[in-house]
Amino acid sequence: MLQGNEAVVEGALRAGCRFFAGYPITPATEISEILSVKLPQVDGTFIQMEDEIASLGAVIGASLAGVKSMTATSGPGFSLMQENLGFAIIAEVPCVIVNVMRGGPSTGLPTSPSQGDVMQARWGTHGDHPIIVLSASTVCECYDITIKAFNLSEKFRTPVIVLIDEVVGHMREKMALSDEAEVEIFNRLKPTVPPEWYLPFEDTPSGIPAMANFGEGYRYHVTGLTHDIRGFPTSRPDEIGPFIDRLHRKISQHFSEIQMAEYYETEDAELTIVAYGCVARSARRAMIEAREKGLKVGLLKLITIWPFVRSAVEKVLKTSKNLLVPEMNMGQISREVKRVNRGVAKVFTLNKVDGTIITPEEIGNRIKEIF
Amino acid sequence: MSEVTKLIHKYLRHDKKFPHVWCPGCGIGIMLGALIRAIDRIGYEKDEVVLVSGIGCSGRLPVYVDFNTLHTTHGRALTFATGVKLAKPSLKVIVIMGDGDAVAIGGNHFIHAARRNIDVTAIIVNNSIYGMTGGQYSPTTPYGMRSSTTIYSNIEQDFKISELAVTAGAVFVGRGTVYHAKLLDSLIEKAILKEGFSVVEVISHCHTQYGRQNRLGTAVEMMEWQRDNAVPVEKAATMKPEELQNKMVIGILVNKELPVYQNEYDKIRERAKGIAGR
Repeated sequence: MLQGNEAVVEGALRAGCRFFAGYPITPATEISEILSVKLPQVDGTFIQMEDEIASLGAVIGASLAGVKSMTATSGPGFSLMQENLGFAIIAEVPCVIVNVMRGGPSTGLPTSPSQGDVMQARWGTHGDHPIIVLSASTVCECYDITIKAFNLSEKFRTPVIVLIDEVVGHMREKMALSDEAEVEIFNRLKPTVPPEWYLPFEDTPSGIPAMANFGEGYRYHVTGLTHDIRGFPTSRPDEIGPFIDRLHRKISQHFSEIQMAEYYETEDAELTIVAYGCVARSARRAMIEAREKGLKVGLLKLITIWPFVRSAVEKVLKTSKNLLVPEMNMGQISREVKRVNRGVAKVFTLNKVDGTIITPEEIGNRIKEIF
Repeated sequence: MSEVTKLIHKYLRHDKKFPHVWCPGCGIGIMLGALIRAIDRIGYEKDEVVLVSGIGCSGRLPVYVDFNTLHTTHGRALTFATGVKLAKPSLKVIVIMGDGDAVAIGGNHFIHAARRNIDVTAIIVNNSIYGMTGGQYSPTTPYGMRSSTTIYSNIEQDFKISELAVTAGAVFVGRGTVYHAKLLDSLIEKAILKEGFSVVEVISHCHTQYGRQNRLGTAVEMMEWQRDNAVPVEKAATMKPEELQNKMVIGILVNKELPVYQNEYDKIRERAKGIAGR
């Protein structure tokens, strides 16, 4: 029996995370507490910083020194991290940020679940940027997704956000940790050229330049300013354009490796529920009950939230005349679903923002209304 | 080329598009020279030095020198430096900040890095103004002075950076000026060699912004002011408080021993492994 937050810790350690910097916040504190015990046991480092800005700063610094690093927080702390999140994106520093979502805005509902940070995870830091955001709806997924988050961050030299909610973070479920040998771990690509040839931000066929760690002979400049392929600040349009383009392209040309979704009985579904996080659990229950009543209902469970899994929605639109998007917010992913839908099917929403979960009954009632 | 200049060239990144961003007469160059001379005397390899900075005129310093260099977000340099140092303690981490960087937006990080006794050296160029953005008042702009955002008069009291560092627990605190270049060389060298959180406050001048708005004259005249108003710490000990009004005390203000974070954390690792092994 593990808690979601505990599974995040196990996943992080399995992925090779050896540095954590954080600031106490409900409902993510278990991640800090457990890592403060476990990291020193494996020669890792845990540090409690003065705030969340400092936490992500330290995480980025540790990653530049070559250590896989993460932090964990909730809404108010996530807001403070937006500044350095942008830095990690432009400087292409791998790291993982877990946001155990609680009700907002502001201090909001510290001990209640929400899915209110979906758009903040996408657009919270300023400027045009790509981002990878993953979600989990079971304890088992917390483990797998955290490993996946580290792998993607190392592979694509980018911060990856794990969005879970208070329910998933605190829920206890049975889970078997996968066999050590079965778990695939990806480590950042290091330069193989001599230091004088190394271009830390060069374009490559994959769009992802090799990353040297500090102190390994490749002295280079890391900056939050727009920079050229050597890392030096530039204001030349012919260098800025290709750089920003590459930042986006290194993610967009690898959608197949990043975008994950699960389909439940969608082949013949007249109505498909699109859900993620703890709401996907209620949605699955509601789907099973609807099927028992003879209603052709399916479920598309999103695991990757950003970049939005457009192809998955397009796939279910081939059969479903109706889509239902239940969310514990005022409608954040439903906007994306509507954008992809472009009038093909009817898109229904079910929004709840009172600090309680959306129950299978509530989804069932909405299904009845639609049919 | 003089020997001193040759030494500095050994550490510059010649492939970086010079000229640099600083105004002619800026004190940051003197500080950079002092830093390079200190590192050269100590004998560190370029690969083992990490130079971290924040935002502002001082933030642009690392790009010109051939170390591992990290130009972070405004005020956050010490947080990045903390991560680098703890992840790879063999690296020598030096942080360059301005007064706005260190004690306005980064004030919280500054006092906590000092309190934790993280083994990094913080060099703070204090020119009493936000230079790069056009001369707005900073936490070290003295009472009664003018800036772009206090054109009537500054009604706030100024921070004394070194005294703040002492109170926050830094194990080494030194104050110098860009006029007293030899003292600065020695302060920076001692600070880097000190294990624990060390601070060097470098009193500098911004003749372009602060000097112009307050009619303080040229860079040279402002440096003469530094010469005339600095009191060595040994001499200050013999003076009365009223004699020290409006003077700045230069030299080593604190040099003490406290447990260093990374060494203490090594002990935590041993304890943690002992518990795990039981």
